[in-house]
Amino acid sequence: MILWFTYILVAIAALGGVLCVVLGLAGRRPSDLSVGILGLLELGLIAQVVISIIAPFAGNPPTGSLLEFWVYLVTAVLIPPAAVVWALLERSRWSTVIMGIAALAVAVMVWRMQVIWTVQGS
Amino acid sequence: MTSPENAGTSPETTGSTPEKPRRRRMTGVGRVLVIVYAILAVGAFGRSLVQIIERFDKAPLAFTLSALSAVVYIVATLALVFAGSKIWYRVAWVTISFEMAGVLVIGTLSVIRPELFPEATVWSFYGMGYVFVPLVLPFLGMWWLVKHPPLDDGARSTDVAGTVAR
Repeated sequence: MILWFTYILVAIAALGGVLCVVLGLAGRRPSDLSVGILGLLELGLIAQVVISIIAPFAGNPPTGSLLEFWVYLVTAVLIPPAAVVWALLERSRWSTVIMGIAALAVAVMVWRMQVIWTVQGS
Repeated sequence: MTSPENAGTSPETTGSTPEKPRRRRMTGVGRVLVIVYAILAVGAFGRSLVQIIERFDKAPLAFTLSALSAVVYIVATLALVFAGSKIWYRVAWVTISFEMAGVLVIGTLSVIRPELFPEATVWSFYGMGYVFVPLVLPFLGMWWLVKHPPLDDGARSTDVAGTVAR
């Protein structure tokens, strides 16, 4: 993984997630902004997939379990679209909260992926 | 057994409400609960998959529990989505009760007998690795179930009650 790209992804996911949760709790329905954040996040995750395929061949191999890394990454890629579909089945303030929580979960997972790739504790 | 909000109105008047024939879908906060359950279920599933494939021998008890909890979370998520039906409502109660027992028992065991769990499960230290979400979630799930008994069940049980009462 590339550290600065991880920072960007985590920032989009975490800040976007908090924003969506706040907007939702404030009573806002899903808008171009909130759905757009999830779309942007998904694009970033797809870019991360490409990076993760190329990186080992470019002299940046993972130090941790590759299997665990990919389980996290595949799950993270699936979460935003699934959350958007589930959220938009019924458009209410809670739809926005749902997208926010999904983005926050992705933030945690991306950070965990960075740790698996670079730091080996146990 | 008890009809929820409209306990005061007689069963006949409910026929006049337009959306009555439609099956009740999950609405409102319940949908947020489902997404949290779903993310936890997928996370627990992925993690236990990795643990079992890579190093099952190291901590068989912990990893078996991880897998079991993952399956229970998945079933609980589905049960919450379909909790409008009577059977799924029961399944939801069973799985969510199991989760509550799991997080309390395993959480306590991991504190007083840590040697039993050399590697973490979802429930270790009351779900600390998952920001205590596994500890909070069963309570929220039960609260939601209590608030939203299945509609079919309500209608049918009043019928049954009527027949029995005669």
